[in-house]
Amino acid sequence: MNSIQQLFQKKDKNLLSIYFTCGYPKLEDTSKVISALEKSNVDFIEVGLPYSDPLADGPTIQDSSQKALENGINLDIIFDQLMTIKQTNKTPLVLMGYLNQMLKYGEEKFCQKVVECGIDTLILPDLPMVEFENHYKKLFDKYGLTNVFLITPHTSEERIRKIDSYSKAFIYVVASASITGAKGDISNNQVAYFERIKAMNLKSKLIIGFGISDKQTFNTACKYANGTIIGSAFIKYLGKNGIDKIDDFIKPIIS
Amino acid sequence: MKSKFQPDENGYFGQFGGAFIPELLHPNVKELADNYIQIIESEEFQTEYKSLLKDYVGRPTPLYLAKRLSEKYGATIYLKREDLNHTGAHKVNNTIGQILIAKKLGKTKILAETGAGQHGVATATVCALMGLDCTVFMGEKDIVRQAPNVARMKMLGAKVVAATSGSKTLKDATNEAIRYWIQHPETFYLIGSVVGPAPHPDMVARLQAIISEEMKWQLKEKTGKENPDTIIACVGGGSNAAGAFYHYLDDDNVELIAVEAAGLGVNSGESAATSQLGEVGIIHGSKTILMQDEYGQIVEPYSISAGLDYPGVGPLHAFLYESKRAKFMNATDKEALAAAYELTKIEGIIPALETAHALAVLPKIKFKKDQVVVINLSGRGDKDLETFIQHLED
Repeated sequence: MNSIQQLFQKKDKNLLSIYFTCGYPKLEDTSKVISALEKSNVDFIEVGLPYSDPLADGPTIQDSSQKALENGINLDIIFDQLMTIKQTNKTPLVLMGYLNQMLKYGEEKFCQKVVECGIDTLILPDLPMVEFENHYKKLFDKYGLTNVFLITPHTSEERIRKIDSYSKAFIYVVASASITGAKGDISNNQVAYFERIKAMNLKSKLIIGFGISDKQTFNTACKYANGTIIGSAFIKYLGKNGIDKIDDFIKPIIS
Repeated sequence: MKSKFQPDENGYFGQFGGAFIPELLHPNVKELADNYIQIIESEEFQTEYKSLLKDYVGRPTPLYLAKRLSEKYGATIYLKREDLNHTGAHKVNNTIGQILIAKKLGKTKILAETGAGQHGVATATVCALMGLDCTVFMGEKDIVRQAPNVARMKMLGAKVVAATSGSKTLKDATNEAIRYWIQHPETFYLIGSVVGPAPHPDMVARLQAIISEEMKWQLKEKTGKENPDTIIACVGGGSNAAGAFYHYLDDDNVELIAVEAAGLGVNSGESAATSQLGEVGIIHGSKTILMQDEYGQIVEPYSISAGLDYPGVGPLHAFLYESKRAKFMNATDKEALAAAYELTKIEGIIPALETAHALAVLPKIKFKKDQVVVINLSGRGDKDLETFIQHLED
């Protein structure tokens, strides 16, 4: 069973997932951030692979990626870091990156490495459904990997149903027509969209992300989904406060 | 029989193409993919497109026999004068077509990226013509080196937004345009080259195909034969080359030469010769050949020419390269500048820096006597005067 599915068996409400960028703020911070997030009782962690041209990301994650790349991070270092943390970490990890990173590394080799690191769930925002169906489904099945699909306010019901049938971990509900980054409060339009998705009674668990930044937005989003992902707000916090006070960011949200 | 140079139903030319886009863009791209061919082939579109190209753009553009250039290089060299189009380059062929498609789809807000500013100007122009709202992303570095085009876009009523990420050139302007599109899905992304997610590369190629359509009857008139021996065009993303090659793709007797920008030299680390330096990868929603490091991070290209300063190439061109249908050559900054001065001096035509790269391979080719060569003179050099003046004494 997929690691996130296992998690849902124990807990399926008010889940908090945190996104962070590997090698940020410092090259060696990857495992430290994961340990700190685990200590703070984050439910699962989205491990971001820094990319030069992250099309789905806003300025905060773009900047952290650029900084991480300047720090000298690369996929080999990241896999080494993840192998090390695997010994102690019990919190499920989800890998988020762009398709070209996997393509250039070698698709088979990439999948193999991911599995070795104890990770079984991937988020690739530029992997479209048709490519998944034609090629990647078979590859991921071979390695026991699960792909997380994103849905947006503009995804048709028919497509959402199809995504539901392909999803083994969860469906990533993109909160608004946007790239990543905090936007303040959740609007009535967004609530209507969340309600519409909830009313579809999908088999998959729902995690809301993009624009979730604090306790208030976390609470609102959790009314309509099984949990949320916070990314840019956390990266901003790391940029300002470093990695020593991670608990001060997490605690107010889940308390 | 369908040409092998036409994309398949998923937008692939061989292994290149596709639409690698975030889910949010799926409805937009699908709407376009479902409708573009039908719209382009409709009588209504063709009538309006051809009439605007004739009366507004000034087509057909002349096919000019460059006598002194021919004499110098020992061939029969024709220049396809896309520089004489309204707004000064081939770019307007595409923007006229796409603005009509946008209108047909009921879009009122137009979004574009631009490198040298030629596509930005051509987009701002058709938006002014149709009374549509226009936002153009342009790299911060390009805003400085192509200042006259920035001024033109502003005068035409476009909002010019500086792309400040990455290398601050065409690649980043395209990234920012796509991010803006994700956040404003009601806008029509009027892409400037044969790049981006399917069906954009094929749509733009079809709209630029007017170049080779005219070449056919013009050559017939002048030489008695529709086909030249050789066609030469510069390639950044590749839209002018796609247009100049389009109707000759299936005729193996016509040699196609694509010229990339070598910057300071192909192996200098400061280059944009994608076919020589790139490998298969994904950029701006398309699988193609692109310049990247061993981990798939996109490498920042370099060229003196803002329009060729791009780390990828359209998927059709990647396929032309891989299948060896086209021959890929390149020219350095220096060679391009020299070619621009030469054309100016012996033919009285100041070409754009991009176009100068196509001219710069003439000394590198051994022509047969009477070889009929068409060079696609994609744009004029007014926008590059400052650069030309700076380097005059070199």
